[in-house]
Amino acid sequence: MISGAKNVFLFAIMAALVVFVGQYQSWNLSLSILNLCLISAIMSLGVNIQWGYAGLFNVGIMGFAAMGGLAAMLISVSPVPEAWAAGGVGVIIGLFILIATVLAAMFSYRKMAKSPMRTFLIVLISVIGYFILRSVVDPATGAIEKVNPASTGYLGGLGLPIILAWPVGGLFAGAVAWVVGKITLGLRTDYLAIATLGISEIIVAVLKHEDWLTRGVKNVTGLPRPVPYEIELQKSEWFLSLSQRFNADPVTFSSIFVKLCYAGLFTVVLLIVLWLSEKALRSPWGRMMRAIRDNEVSANAMGKDIKARHLQVFVLGSIVVGIAGAMLTTLDGQLTPSTYQPLRFTFLIWVMVIVGGSGNNWGAVLGGFVIWFFWIEAEPLGLWFMDVITSGMAEDSSLKAHLIESAAHMRLMTMGLILLLTLRFSPRGLIPEKVGRH
Amino acid sequence: MTEILNALALFSNFVLVPAIAYGSQLALGALGVTLVFGILRFSNFAHGDTMAFGTMLVILVTWWFQSLGLSLGPLPTALLALPFGIAGCAAFVLLSDRLVYKYYRKKKADPIIYLIASVGVMFVTNGVVRFIIGPDDQNFADGERFIIKARDFKTMTGLSEGISIKVSQGLTVVTMIIVVAALFWFLNKTRTGKSMRAYSDNEDLALLSGINPDKVVAVTWILAAALATIAGTLYGLDKSFKPFTYFQLLLPIFASAIVGGLGNPLGAIAGAFVIAFSEIMITYAYKRFAGYILPEDWVSGGLLQLLSTDYKFAVSFIILLLVLLFRPTGIFKGTGV
Repeated sequence: MISGAKNVFLFAIMAALVVFVGQYQSWNLSLSILNLCLISAIMSLGVNIQWGYAGLFNVGIMGFAAMGGLAAMLISVSPVPEAWAAGGVGVIIGLFILIATVLAAMFSYRKMAKSPMRTFLIVLISVIGYFILRSVVDPATGAIEKVNPASTGYLGGLGLPIILAWPVGGLFAGAVAWVVGKITLGLRTDYLAIATLGISEIIVAVLKHEDWLTRGVKNVTGLPRPVPYEIELQKSEWFLSLSQRFNADPVTFSSIFVKLCYAGLFTVVLLIVLWLSEKALRSPWGRMMRAIRDNEVSANAMGKDIKARHLQVFVLGSIVVGIAGAMLTTLDGQLTPSTYQPLRFTFLIWVMVIVGGSGNNWGAVLGGFVIWFFWIEAEPLGLWFMDVITSGMAEDSSLKAHLIESAAHMRLMTMGLILLLTLRFSPRGLIPEKVGRH
Repeated sequence: MTEILNALALFSNFVLVPAIAYGSQLALGALGVTLVFGILRFSNFAHGDTMAFGTMLVILVTWWFQSLGLSLGPLPTALLALPFGIAGCAAFVLLSDRLVYKYYRKKKADPIIYLIASVGVMFVTNGVVRFIIGPDDQNFADGERFIIKARDFKTMTGLSEGISIKVSQGLTVVTMIIVVAALFWFLNKTRTGKSMRAYSDNEDLALLSGINPDKVVAVTWILAAALATIAGTLYGLDKSFKPFTYFQLLLPIFASAIVGGLGNPLGAIAGAFVIAFSEIMITYAYKRFAGYILPEDWVSGGLLQLLSTDYKFAVSFIILLLVLLFRPTGIFKGTGV
C-alpha cells in the first residue's frame, strides 16, 4: 500500500497548490486554473486511452478538441432563419451530394477488383462529385455569409442546451477519428502521427475559413451557459443572503460561485470518464489491449484482430478528447478558431500524459493537473526568475529588457525540458502503470 | 498565338516559378527528414524547428555583417552568413543528440520513444528560437530583388503578361541543385557516405563490417543540420522568417518524404516537387489563364479555383493519404510500412 499512500500524497500536494494560489493570489484565479485542470485531466485521460492502453501516437489532439468546440457552438446558439432561407437548401443538397459521392466511391472500391481502372474510376467519381458539390454549395454559402455579416452571416446552431453538446462533441471527434484510423492504423506508427497532425491542421483551417458554418475568425461569442450568469445572481434574493452569510462581497462571490458551478459539472464528467476508463482497463478488454500493445505478434497469434482493436481504442480516446473540447468551449463561452494552437492543444496534453504516467488513469489525471498548473504559473515564475537574473544589470541595459520581455517564451522551454527529463529519468511517470495481477 | 504565349507566361509566373522554388525548399527539408529516418530510424518532429533555429543563426549573423557593412553586392548577405549558421546548427543538433537521443540508442529504445523525445526537443528548440529572436516576422533579405522584372519581360517580348523571377527563387534552385549533387556524390562516392548507406540498409551487417556507428550518426546529424539550415534560409529569403511557419512546414516536408518513400533521398526530392506543384496548382485561380486560351463566352464568373489557398495543408495531407492508401512504401520504394 506504499504506492497508494504516495499517490494520495501527490494529489494532496496538488490540492495544496491550488489552495495556496487561492490564498496568496486570488480565489478567482485559483478556480479558473482548477477548471482548466479538470478539462485537461479529461483530455489527457483520452490520450492515455490511446497511448497508455494501446500505444497509439496521436498528434492531432487539437483537431479532436476543435471538433468538440464546433459541436458546442452548433448545439447551443440559436438558428439564423434568414441565413437558412438564403442558403439552407443549397447546403443540405450539398451534404447529400457529398454523402452520395463518398458512397459511390466506396461502392466501386468494394465491388471492383484491384486494378488501375478502379483507381481511375474512384478518382473520377471524387473529382466529378467535388465539382458538383462546389457548384451547388458555393452560391449557397456566399448567400449565407451575406446575411447581416456583422452579427451573423452563418447558419447558427440548434438552440439546444449546451450540455447536450458534450456527448455530441465526442461523437464528432469519434467520427473523424474513425476515418483517420481506418486509413492509417495498421501502417507504421509514424504514419498515424503525421496523419493526425495533418487532420488537426485541416480541421482548424476549416473552422477558421468556413464562415458560413463558424463565422471563421470573426468568432461566435456569447454561447449560452449551463450555469447562472453573475449579473442575475447579484440580483437574486437567495444569493445575496448566501453571500451575506459568508461575509463576502456579492460581486466577487458571484464570479466565484459561477466557477464553482462549472467545477462541479466538470468534476462529475471527469469522475464518470475516470470510472469508465478504470473499469475498461481492468476488464478482459483492457488486458487484451495491453497484450496487443506489449506484443502485437503474439496477440495476433492468439487470434486478436489488432487493426480492429486499435481502431476501436483510437475512436474511444478521441471521443473523450472531443467531450473535453466541447467542455472547454462551454467554459470559454465562445468559439475562437484562431486560439487552437498545436503546442497548447496537442503537445501540452502529451506532456501531461507522459509526466503523469502512461497507462495509468490516475497518473493521467494528476499529469493534467500538475502540467496545467505549471503552464499557468510558469509565467509569473519565469518573470520572477528573469528579474532575479537581471537584477545585477543596468536599468537601461537592452539585454535586460529583452530577457524580461522574452520570459513568456520560457514556458515552452520548460515544458520541453520537463518532457525530456521525465522520459529519460522516470519514463513511467509520476504514478506508474500497475503491472501484474489485477 | 500571342494568346497562348500570354497564358503560358501567366502560368509560369504564378505556378511554375513559385512551385519550382517551393519544391526545392521542401526537397532540402525532406532530404534532412529522410536521412535521419534512414540512419536513426525515427521521424524527427523537431526538424521544422531545427530549420527555424539554423535560420535564426543565419539572420543574426546577417544582421551583424550588415552592421559591419559587408555585403555580396546583388546577392543577399545571408549567403555569407550561411556557413556560420550551419556550423552553429550542427553544434546544436549534435548537442541534442548527445544529451537526448544517444541514451535511447544505447538502450535500443522503440522508435516511438525517439519520436516523443523529438517532440521534447521540438519544444525546447521552439522555446529557444522564440526566446532569442521572438515569435514575429523577421526580414533579412537584401541585395537585388529580381532577376527579371515583370515589366522588363513585357517590354522584351511584347506580351501583356510578364514573368518575374526573384533573386531568392533563382538562388533557391541553384543552391538546391548544388547541394543535392554534393549530397549524392558524398553518399555514393566517399567512404563515409558508403558506410552511411550500408548502415541504413542493414545495421547489424554494417556493424559487423567494422563501421563506426558513432561516426555515421554524427555525420547524419551534421548533414541534417546543414540541409535544414539551407532549406530554412532559402525559405526565409523567399517568403519571410516566422518561427511558427517553420513548425507548420513539418506537414508538407513529411508528406514529401513519405510520398517519395521514407529513407529514400531520391524519393524525397521527387515527393517534394509532387507536393509543391499540387499545392500551388490546386490553389491557383485559373480565371485569367482560361480567359486567354478559351473562347470568351466559355469563361464563367467564378475564379476557377479548385481549392482556396487557406487549405494549402489539405493538399499535402490528401496526397499523403492517397499514397498511404494505394502505395504505402511511396513512389520510390522506401523503408516504410
